[in-house]
Amino acid sequence: MNKEIKIINVLIKGLALFIIINFIFAVWQPRLGKISAYNLVFPGRERLPFGENSAQAYNLSLFDLDAMFASHVIHGKEKADDEFRVILIGDSSVWGTLLTPEETLAGQLNAANLSACGKNVLAYNLGYPTISLTKDVMLLSYGMEYDPDLILWMTTLEAFPIEKQTTSPLVANNKETLHRLADKYGLEIEADDPDLIQKSFWKNTIIGNRRALADIIRLQLYGVMWAATGIDQVYPTDYVRAQKDLEADQSFHDFAPSMLAARENLLALNALETGVRVAGKTPMLIVNEPTLISSGANSSIRYNFFYPRWAYDEYRGLMFALSKQNYWNYVDLWDIVPADEFTNSAIHLTPVGETIFARELASFIAEACK
Amino acid sequence: MTIIQILIVVVAAFFWGMVMRERGRAWFLLVASVLVIFWLQPALPIRGIDFWIPVGTLVITIFSWYITAHEEARRAGKNWVVIAVVAGIVLLLNLIRYFPAAQFLTASRPPQIKIYFAILLVSSLTFLLVTGLTKYNRALLSISILALILIFLSIKIPALTYWVSYGLRALVGQSLTDVKALDFRWLGFSYIAFRLIHTMRDRQMGRLPVVDLGEYITFVIFFPAFTAGPIDRIERFIQDLRRPFIRPGHDDLLIAGQRLLLGLFKKFVIADALALIALNDTNALQVRATGWAWILVYAYTLHIYFDFSGYTDIALGTSRLLGIHLPENFSSPYLKPNLTQFWNNWHMTLTQWFRAYFFNPVTRWLRALRVWQKPLPVPVMILLTQIATMILIGFWHGVTWNFALWGLWHGFGLFIHNRWNDLTRVRATAWATTPLCQSMLNISGILLTFHFVAIGWIFFALSSPAVSWHVLLKLFALR
Repeated sequence: MNKEIKIINVLIKGLALFIIINFIFAVWQPRLGKISAYNLVFPGRERLPFGENSAQAYNLSLFDLDAMFASHVIHGKEKADDEFRVILIGDSSVWGTLLTPEETLAGQLNAANLSACGKNVLAYNLGYPTISLTKDVMLLSYGMEYDPDLILWMTTLEAFPIEKQTTSPLVANNKETLHRLADKYGLEIEADDPDLIQKSFWKNTIIGNRRALADIIRLQLYGVMWAATGIDQVYPTDYVRAQKDLEADQSFHDFAPSMLAARENLLALNALETGVRVAGKTPMLIVNEPTLISSGANSSIRYNFFYPRWAYDEYRGLMFALSKQNYWNYVDLWDIVPADEFTNSAIHLTPVGETIFARELASFIAEACK
Repeated sequence: MTIIQILIVVVAAFFWGMVMRERGRAWFLLVASVLVIFWLQPALPIRGIDFWIPVGTLVITIFSWYITAHEEARRAGKNWVVIAVVAGIVLLLNLIRYFPAAQFLTASRPPQIKIYFAILLVSSLTFLLVTGLTKYNRALLSISILALILIFLSIKIPALTYWVSYGLRALVGQSLTDVKALDFRWLGFSYIAFRLIHTMRDRQMGRLPVVDLGEYITFVIFFPAFTAGPIDRIERFIQDLRRPFIRPGHDDLLIAGQRLLLGLFKKFVIADALALIALNDTNALQVRATGWAWILVYAYTLHIYFDFSGYTDIALGTSRLLGIHLPENFSSPYLKPNLTQFWNNWHMTLTQWFRAYFFNPVTRWLRALRVWQKPLPVPVMILLTQIATMILIGFWHGVTWNFALWGLWHGFGLFIHNRWNDLTRVRATAWATTPLCQSMLNISGILLTFHFVAIGWIFFALSSPAVSWHVLLKLFALR
């Protein structure tokens, strides 16, 4: 009889503890992502975690920005007196799809042993493979905690349309961060944006949050493989090259030809302005990143898969005008890389393409001093 | 098995154990086991084969029962009911071909009904032809054991499995351009074959108890132990099956609950986490430094233990809810101070099987053997039996060079330990007189054994000797 009572007691106590712990967790919302074995047991990652094939890439996509940054090498590096810290933000071209960490733009800048303001330049890759200015601003706000001396913000027209801003899963799952940016820096977000995921109380419990918590643990486990192999993405020997023969299609999102500048309200210019405000007094160079200029079929209509010529030309003109009007430090490097130096996308560069890009940027970095 | 499948099995076992108790327990175990072998069989690209493989399991099991059964067991009218129930279940499963909503019970859409009846007819005629003329035939048992071994080899030798897949694809008129050995995977056959051979050999030796067909089928395909063991003995299993079962007592519930929770934790938390960093063919060639290579090997070493022993815990916990006390399969094997003890505590039911049906008979045969009128020296006998047994255990996992190397590694290890123990036992006993010395001896033995076993897992985890050699060199900073 006693034993029977004990079994029931065990079940009831277990259930009660389970409920209480879940409740406390949901109310407290501890930032567990800040606890990381990276930079402690394993070396920090050279770029933010992102991966669609975890088992082979030893990497995964998660949405906890604390965990993502805690796993990055910048988190574990105390800034030395002689360090000129440069952070790079942008899309997959900055992150380095199909490139090893050494081959990325940040890797090439570091290999060049640059100096600025009498200090050694150390570049940190804070790019992330989705195209959205809002995503970039969000990552920049985290990057600012690491006291950069210069911000290089690589961007392209595809990051501008309003409809693209919150579709990135990283943005959609970080509504609170966006609200903070809205309150502090004036980032414009729609109150009822259906892309932004609203977390219920249940979603904040351990059970509701189990996938996110499991992702944090898996990120730590993949730290072993990152340390053991230095691999953080799959490098296929063969892949489909960026399209050079194009459709005779003039369309660009919701814009009609010659209407880009006229419909500025459909571009996330506010996100760009917010990014400048987030940077504050830290020098920032906005870069229109290289894009593929095709000479294949219908190249008189389109530059590449992403852009009809009219839209991209208008965008370049708009960016020149805006940067002049707002005194932004802006450089347009759209055509510096030959078409053969693009890999599987009109914005992904080969190592040679990255070297060309890095060489161009080197002079701008050398000139930038606080 | 996925966690959902395990939970369904556990809930079914708990429900029957607590609510239905003894009422129809034997039938429940039989029906559930038959259903589970269809349910768990993975989908295969050869048309209809994922349905016919479980059918094949049942046909082989019924045939094996017939040729091993005692006369009084064969005569029992209940056997016909069992056959009717099993055939009825298979027919119903086949009929869900027309009810897509119920097709979760089979890996894919079951084949046409007319094939079922054709196979039923052919099986029955073959059965009558082979068994009709004799009551009990020792030679037939030997032939059946050989046939089981041949089927086993056709599944375990990739080149043979390829040709089986090729033949089956040709038979059903499918494309032969993309044939793979993995097109044919017989879930649980390693365990089924060993249980069947056990009953056949015991029948030949006159040790097999009287077992009716229902008990026999339940023993062979008992659902909690179907995919990952343990390999029980039939005389022990039927004792539990025949013992009146009122309901799980408090001790049973506590122990079963603990085993289930422990098993789920071991398998789905520890083993699955370690799997992310365990040594495999891909990372073996990617690892850059010696220290990290050791980490991957340690991770695999722990992964395989927690994965396998986790499944065993789940099987033991589930079966206990139904009043079946399956034998233990693991007893802290990595904490044993020598290799012999490791093998006495790792996959115990498999090693006991090999001891009973291979090691002991071969040892007896070698003892009787005379070479130039002289008996073989004892060390030679030990070497031969250890190596042969361990290579066979390796081949039980798959007939490849790496499993052979793994078996050789352990065979030599056991032999060396045996010789070393003979040489040093007296001195070690004399030296280790204080608790401190004993502890030192014990700990150093545990560490040595653990690392010997861990290095052995390299051959087990990887698919080729070349990659294994690469890792070995990396481990000792030679590459």
